[in-house]
Amino acid sequence: MDLQLMTYIVVGLSFALYIGIAIWARAGSTSEFYVAGGGVHPVLNGMATGADWMSAASFISMAGLIANMGYGGGLFLMGWTGGYVLLAMLLAPYLRKFGKFTVPQFVGDRYYSKGASSVAVLCLLAASVTYIIGQMTGVGVAFSRFLGVSNHVGIFIGMGIVFMYAVFGGMKGITYTQVAQYCVLILAYTIPAIFISMQMTGNPLPQLGLGSEFHGSGVSLLSKLDQVVTDLGFGQYTTMTRLSTLNMFVYTVSLMIGTAGLPHVIVRFFTVPKVKDARASAGWALVFIAILYTTAPGVAAMARLNLHNTVNHAVKSGGDLFAQENQLVFDERPAWMKRWEVTGLLKWQDKNGDGRIQYYNDKSKDPEFQAKVAAAGWAGSELTVNRDIIVLANPEIAFLPNWVIALVAAGGLAAALSTAAGLLLAISAAISHDLLKDMWMPDLSEKGELMAGKIAMACSIVVAGYLGLNPPDFAAGTVAIAFGLAASSIFPALMMGIFSKTMNKQGAIAGMLAGIGVTMFYVFAHKGIFFIKGTGYLVDSLGPNFFLGIEPNAFGAIGAVVNFAVAFAVKNMTPPVPEHIANMVENVRIPRGSKAVDGTHAH
Amino acid sequence: MDDQGKAYWNAVLGLIVKVLAVWFIVSYGCGILFAQALNSIHLGGYPLGFWFAQQGSMYVFVALIFIYAKLMAKIDEKFDVHED
Repeated sequence: MDLQLMTYIVVGLSFALYIGIAIWARAGSTSEFYVAGGGVHPVLNGMATGADWMSAASFISMAGLIANMGYGGGLFLMGWTGGYVLLAMLLAPYLRKFGKFTVPQFVGDRYYSKGASSVAVLCLLAASVTYIIGQMTGVGVAFSRFLGVSNHVGIFIGMGIVFMYAVFGGMKGITYTQVAQYCVLILAYTIPAIFISMQMTGNPLPQLGLGSEFHGSGVSLLSKLDQVVTDLGFGQYTTMTRLSTLNMFVYTVSLMIGTAGLPHVIVRFFTVPKVKDARASAGWALVFIAILYTTAPGVAAMARLNLHNTVNHAVKSGGDLFAQENQLVFDERPAWMKRWEVTGLLKWQDKNGDGRIQYYNDKSKDPEFQAKVAAAGWAGSELTVNRDIIVLANPEIAFLPNWVIALVAAGGLAAALSTAAGLLLAISAAISHDLLKDMWMPDLSEKGELMAGKIAMACSIVVAGYLGLNPPDFAAGTVAIAFGLAASSIFPALMMGIFSKTMNKQGAIAGMLAGIGVTMFYVFAHKGIFFIKGTGYLVDSLGPNFFLGIEPNAFGAIGAVVNFAVAFAVKNMTPPVPEHIANMVENVRIPRGSKAVDGTHAH
Repeated sequence: MDDQGKAYWNAVLGLIVKVLAVWFIVSYGCGILFAQALNSIHLGGYPLGFWFAQQGSMYVFVALIFIYAKLMAKIDEKFDVHED
C-alpha cells in the first residue's frame, strides 16, 4: 500500500482511539477534571506519566542529540530519569497526603500566604507556557512532515484534537488518552530500534546490542564507532564530555531537580488513591520511561555508525577511509537519502567536485588530520545531517515495511499531543483553581469552577496554538528555561515545605524570587533580555559561560542553591512559623489519614 | 511531636539518605566523576563508565524507587502509621 495512504490510516485510527476514550471519560466534577477523581491505578498512572513526560523532543530529537554528543549525551538520560527518584522520595507521597488539587495550593497553605501561592502560580505559568510553545511547534512539524500538510494546518488539527479530549475530559480524559498514547509511542520507538539492532549486531535488544560485536567486523560496535569517528576527526564517542566534567555534573543536577519540580509531572501523583500508590506509581512511571530512555543510546550509536557505514565503504571493510574508491558515489546513494533530501533535513554539496560524498569533521584542530584531509583532496564536509533524522529515518534506513514508518508518525504525534495536554491541564488548573477560585471569586460553585476550568483550558489551547504558529524569538531556548525555572523555584520551595518545619513564608518567597532571579539573570546575559537578540550583557567582557564554565541551560542547579541559601538566611531574620503550620507539616509526613484529593483549604 | 513520631521521621530520613547515597554514587560517581577511570574496565562491549552514564544508572534508579517503596511500607507498618 502507498506510504502516504498508510500513514493517514494509522494516524487516523490513533486519533479515533483518543477521541473514543475522551467520550467515554468525560469529566463531570472538579475532582474528575483536576485529578481524574483520584482513582487511577498506579500502573496506569505510571504509563500516563510516561506519556505526559516524554515530549516530541524526547521522541524525535533525543537520540539525535546523543548521537552527536556521544558520552556527554548521557546527561540527558541520567538527568531526565534520576529526577523520578527525587520525586518518589521527597515530593510525591507527601504532596499526595496533603491532598489538594494543585501545586500552588500546597505552597499557599504551607506558607500561609496568598503571596507565596501567587509567586508559585507565576513560576508555574512561566515554566508551563514556555514548555508548551515547544510542544505546539513540535505538533506542527510532526504533522507537516508525516501528513504532508502545511505547518499551520498541522497546528490547527493538533489544537482541535487536544481540545476535544482535554476540554471535555479534563484530567480524567487526559489520563486515559495518555495511556493509549504511551502504547502507541513506545511501539513506534522500539520496533525500528529492534530491527536496527538485529541488523547491526544480531542482538534484538538495543540495550544489549550496543554492547555487542558489530556484525562481521570482529570488534565491538562501540570500539568500531570510536575508531571511525576519531579517524574522521570527531571527538571519541565513548569519552566525549559536555564542555567539562563540572558542567556535565551541574547540568545533570539541573535536569534532575527540574524534572522533580515540573508541575505537570507532580500533579500526576495526585490522581492515585493512596500515599502508598504515589510511591509505587513513580517507580512505574520510571519503568515506562526507561524503556524508551535505555533504547535511545542504542539507536543513537547504531544510527551514527550506520550513517558513516552508508557513505564510506571502508567502515565495514576496515580499509582506508580516505581512499577515493571507498567514498559513496552520490548518484548511487540509497533511496532513503533521496527522500530526506526533499525535506531539507539532509543536504549534500559537492565541494571538491568529485561526485562522491565526504563526511567528516572539517572543524578539527588536529594539524595531522587536516594534512591527511588535504592529501586526500577533500575540501570540506559535504553532508549536513539534521539530528531529527536519526529517529525519523530509522525505519527507512533499516528497510522496514511501510506500516512501521506510519507507526513512527503516529508515535511522534502521540508524544507531542500527550505532553501538550498535560501542560494545558496544569495551566488551566492554575488559572481556574488557584487564581479564580482561591483569590478572585471564592464563592464560585463547583459547577461554575468546572465551567471556568474548561473555558481556561480552551483559552490556553488558543494561546498555545497562536504561540506555536508565531513562535517568539526565544522558542529555541524555552525548554531549558522551563527546567531552570522549575529547578530554581518550585523544587526548593516544595522540598523545604515538607522537610523543614521552621521554614516561614518570608524565607520561602525570598528564596523563590532569588532562585528564579539569578537563573534568569545568567540566561538573559547569554541569550538577551527576554531573549531579544543583542541585549545580552557581561558575556562580551567575561566570555561565554563565565560562571565556572557552566552553560546557561545548566544554571538551574546554581539557582536552586541560591534559593536554599537565601531562604534559610531570611528565615532566621523573620518571625517563626505559626504553631498550626508546624502541626500541618507533621501531619503531611505520615501516610495515615490520607483522604480523597479535594479543593478546600486547610485554614 | 511525640517520641514515636520523631523515631518514625528519623527512620524515614535514614532510608532517604541511604537511597540517595546509592543514587549519587551510580550516577554522579560512576557515570560522571569516575567515568574515565572506570572506562578501562569493560562490560561486554561497553566501557564501564560509559555504561553507567547511558544504561546502568537508569536501571539502578528504577530499582531504587521500588526498594524505597517497599522499605517505606515496612517502616509505616512498624510505626503503625500506614493507611488502612
